[in-house]
Amino acid sequence: MAVITLSGLTKVYPGGVRALDALDLEIADGEFFALLGPSGCGKTTLLRTVAGLETATAGSVRIGETDVTRLPPGRRDVGMVFQDYALFPHMSVTDNIAYPLRIKKAAKNERHAAAADVAAELGLDGLLARRPSELSGGQQQRVALARAMVARPQVFLLDEPLSNLDARLRLEARTFLKKLQRELGVTTVFVTHDQAEALAMADRIAVMEAGRIRQIGTPAEVFRRPANLFVAAFIGSTPMNLVDARVRGEQVEAAGVLLPLPEEARGLVTDGQAVVYGVRPDYLDYSPSPVDGSFSGRVAVVENLGSSSLVTLDVEGVLIHALVGEGSEPEPDEHGWAVPRAGRALLYSDGDLVNGNDVTVAA
Amino acid sequence: MSVREVLRRIGLATFVSLVLGFFSLPLLWLAFTPFDSDPRISASLPDFTLHNFQVLMDNPYALASLRNSIILAAGAAALVVTCAALAAYALSRVRIPGRDVLLYVLLLLSSIITGTAAMVPIFLLAFNLNLIDSHLGVILVLTGGLLPAAIFVLKDFTDATPTSYEEAARVFGATPLQTLRHVVVPVIRPGLATVMVWTVAQVWGDFLMPFLLLRDPDKAPASVIMYTFYTEGGQPDLALISTFSLLYSLPVVGMYLFVSRRYGFRFHGGIKR
Ligand SMILES: Nc1ncnc2c1ncn2[C@@H]1O[C@H](COP(=O)(O)OP(=O)(O)OP(=O)(O)O)[C@@H](O)[C@H]1O
Ligand SMILES: [Mg+2]
Repeated sequence: MAVITLSGLTKVYPGGVRALDALDLEIADGEFFALLGPSGCGKTTLLRTVAGLETATAGSVRIGETDVTRLPPGRRDVGMVFQDYALFPHMSVTDNIAYPLRIKKAAKNERHAAAADVAAELGLDGLLARRPSELSGGQQQRVALARAMVARPQVFLLDEPLSNLDARLRLEARTFLKKLQRELGVTTVFVTHDQAEALAMADRIAVMEAGRIRQIGTPAEVFRRPANLFVAAFIGSTPMNLVDARVRGEQVEAAGVLLPLPEEARGLVTDGQAVVYGVRPDYLDYSPSPVDGSFSGRVAVVENLGSSSLVTLDVEGVLIHALVGEGSEPEPDEHGWAVPRAGRALLYSDGDLVNGNDVTVAA
Repeated sequence: MSVREVLRRIGLATFVSLVLGFFSLPLLWLAFTPFDSDPRISASLPDFTLHNFQVLMDNPYALASLRNSIILAAGAAALVVTCAALAAYALSRVRIPGRDVLLYVLLLLSSIITGTAAMVPIFLLAFNLNLIDSHLGVILVLTGGLLPAAIFVLKDFTDATPTSYEEAARVFGATPLQTLRHVVVPVIRPGLATVMVWTVAQVWGDFLMPFLLLRDPDKAPASVIMYTFYTEGGQPDLALISTFSLLYSLPVVGMYLFVSRRYGFRFHGGIKR
């Protein structure tokens, strides 16, 4: 169990790619921490640098009390699950799980007993004699987890642990992983490019872009108050409405309609300032009759999402999305109104959240 | 079936039989002549006897030479497989500028090392190192000649194994040598088997180097001793030669069968795609 502290961590690959750019991050003891970001933003590099598989170009990595920046991977006391699981194809499940103990020179019966214990914990009993190629994807993932767990490391590092599973199994594994992490209480960092996965599993999330962290926060914080337009656009299964707008006294003019100025932005913006008005489809209440201070337009598309529908309003050429509950879906071409819920609308100026002082952003 | 079709089939069958016969005659000779009381240079059904084997046993060099062959082949195979595995692993994982050029140049030079062209320098080198008349000398020279090709084949196998296996081992604390032993070697085992069999076959059949470097007939391998089997009249001693040939070829055939059953050759893995 340990805190992970990264300071000024920089990784430049031989080709000159700056994959991590002076990154500062502290991951608390026992935390389930997600690294989230689009492809190529440096998530895997960050994880591999913490593991010691890549050496940092500058900056330092501390695990617990120890500065491990120059230590080889084997002496950092981390357990890792690789994206392709990297189970040794020529070893049985038992031997795979027991491998870290074999390196630690544990006696054969001792390590086999330990492997059997961990395997039982993960529901793998009965599979111990098989080869990895004789297991399903979900079972392979659990063997990889068991192998990472067996030596009781201080830190778990998981690189896209769920991306090789099919959709249904992924949901199951998500719940399983979260429960397991909670029971073990081991500091865990996992990489994902799926924002829903990060929101669902993590205690805290770091959203990365091009080697930098754009926001760190709990899933609720990152979802409700994205610190900048990048995070705002990246998080959420239905993308946030981001509309170019202008401050008009106590109001904001966006897509030709006047909306109340978000409470928190009062006094921080000046009359006539160009801003971006952001509100999630989840926080827009649809109304079939006129309401003051709302987007008003023609219903262009209605998409069924199961228990709700995503309604797209054409507001003077700007498309506004709103989530509408079961049973009250409008018909296409009707006229509709979408009211931003109080306290849920956000203003961005120069790409950053106005009054975003309370959200953690790494510089 | 038309007449043409029949003729075509007969023609094909005749052609195949001729080709088969041409290639099977030496093998038949090898199988029958050792048991023939009157061995000749042509293949015929033997007038059965085991006398030829008795003659062979009485020859002072025959059995010892087979033992020498085994020593040379085993020594060279062990050395080639070990060195080639280490070198191929390093070459496949560490980035060195001009790595491929280096490999191709080595490959080119290797055919010279064990070839006739380098005969004199190699003899002088061995002489100065006191390696004349020593099995070790022959093993070292042959290993040097075979290594580049072995590295080349094995590097293809190591290139094809994902690095994440090794990274997993490293994260769990394995040293590079442990990683090689626990993970890389088992994964490229078919490649190692291929290289081993190939080395044994090469050394088993090599004549020039042992002939050059071993003066003492007690140390000469089978491939060299074979050339001493003449009668007093200067004629090839067919009784001895045929029997010895049979004994000489059996180990190699046996090894092929054993290794291919146990590990399965995977030559396609050693060929650049
Ligand atoms: N070994 C390497 N050599 C050179 N550049 C590399 C290497 N590995 C990664 N990169 C580059 O570093 C950047 C970050 O890569 P990284 O693999 O960390 O991204 P990622 O966030 O994990 O992406 P993905 O979601 O696609 O896995 C990318 O631009 C990538 O091209
Ligand atoms: Mg990645």
